Amino acid sequence: MNLFGYRVPAAFSLLIWCALWEVIGQLDAVFIFPPLSAVLVKLVTILGQNNFHEAAIISLKAFSIGMFWSIVVGVFLGFLMGRVEAANKLLGMWVNIFASAPLSSLVPVLMLLFGFGQTTIIVTVFLFAVWIITLDTYAGVSHVNPSLNEMAKSFGASKWNMYTKVLFWAALPEILAGIRMGFIRAVKGVVIGQLLVSVVALGAMFSRYSRSFLLEEFWALALILFVFALGISSMIGWVERKVEYYAGSRA
Amino acid sequence: MSSQTASLLVEETNQVNEQSNDIVEVTGIEKVYPGGTVALQGVDLAFPRGKMTTLLGPSGCGKTTLLKIIAGLLDATAGEVRINGKVVSGPGPERAFVFQDFALLPWATVVKNVAFGLEMQGVEKTLREKKAREYIIKVGLAGFEDNYPHELSGGMRQRVGLARALAVNADVLLMDEPFSAVDEQTRRLFQEELLRLLGMENKTVIFVTHSIEEAVYVSDQIVLLSPRPGRINRIVVPGIDRVGKTSDEIRRETGFLDTVEDIWDTLKKYLDDERMI
Repeated sequence: MNLFGYRVPAAFSLLIWCALWEVIGQLDAVFIFPPLSAVLVKLVTILGQNNFHEAAIISLKAFSIGMFWSIVVGVFLGFLMGRVEAANKLLGMWVNIFASAPLSSLVPVLMLLFGFGQTTIIVTVFLFAVWIITLDTYAGVSHVNPSLNEMAKSFGASKWNMYTKVLFWAALPEILAGIRMGFIRAVKGVVIGQLLVSVVALGAMFSRYSRSFLLEEFWALALILFVFALGISSMIGWVERKVEYYAGSRA
Repeated sequence: MSSQTASLLVEETNQVNEQSNDIVEVTGIEKVYPGGTVALQGVDLAFPRGKMTTLLGPSGCGKTTLLKIIAGLLDATAGEVRINGKVVSGPGPERAFVFQDFALLPWATVVKNVAFGLEMQGVEKTLREKKAREYIIKVGLAGFEDNYPHELSGGMRQRVGLARALAVNADVLLMDEPFSAVDEQTRRLFQEELLRLLGMENKTVIFVTHSIEEAVYVSDQIVLLSPRPGRINRIVVPGIDRVGKTSDEIRRETGFLDTVEDIWDTLKKYLDDERMI
């Protein structure tokens, strides 16, 4: 980035936004923005609190279970749609609808089906993440170079080898991109689920903070979640870079 | 029923004449694509053992389709393919395919790519990689064992494809325009090396190309296909004597040039026909 003829690192822009936040907070200009420094102080306090630990563990549990199943089901459905034309015709439309639908509106219905507990939250996480993983896996599988398919066939590859030694690797860059986006959606799913369902764990904390106008705590918790989502996303990004060397040369 | 009797007759005559001589035989091959396009019609051909046969013709004459039917990658609408006298459906270990676009696994090193065929056959890892390394040296890629395909030039990638096909030790090599994606110098170098390798390995090669010069230079037998629907037009035997001659000397010989000219005259007619339409 160039600023007034000086080369400045990209992280500099983040500093500008942080400074802006601090100034607006100190001026008391907009009441929902307390100063960043105060938020950061609260963040440290929250991280040390027991009820945060409990909330984090419950949320992480729902997040991991939901994410696990959305990867398993999403990758399976993506492969099915990519390899079986009939499956694509049957499922394609629905997957696309669900991937773009406002799923939050379905959560109340899920409550009726799965009750007011952790199950509904897990299902919410699953539903938030699974469709994008399905779509990306499908994109990866259906764009595998047909020559590779023929090549494996000509050397007598079994069905199993075809999937594990060729198709999986060929589609892996797209699968990983799908999982990364699924993770980000799953973070939303946990919070929305907890807010709408039974106001437990993180949802309960968010709800309490905002109802009592504890905006410093509210933003601190939001920041923690942002950093968590970003952290996971960059972890998968790191794995993605491991396969980048061939992602661009698959044509 | 009548086609069955016909194929039986062909089988009998083959048994009398050249049963041990023709490793690949195709009889009555017909291929109709969904939508009604007739790609091949009534193709009967025999490929002599240890010889190089080229399928030559303009684009759309079904030469690649025929090659893929022989490879077992495509099903024929009618007719049969026999390898060593046995009717085959689907790919088999006695045939290995070299692809026009190389078809290498971009995530695997050269060694892993060359060993792929052996891996599919269930050969144990150290053994198949040892064998792969031998063939990597044979095709002139020593030192590139641990490189990835995207780090290699087009010519080098096709050497990997060739090594992979040779490593499974199939009797029949099926090559689909293997040199069309490389530049002219590499192409000529490749033709030389292919002839040298085949001399050592004693393979039967079925080679698809649209280059007349290439066909005349490398082949023992050239099958000229006519387009839409693909049929056998004629079979040319170049009969080039390579002993003690350089590549340039052969290419300047009258015999070579006349054969090229002769084939060009035939193919030109198709081009003229196309233009008339």
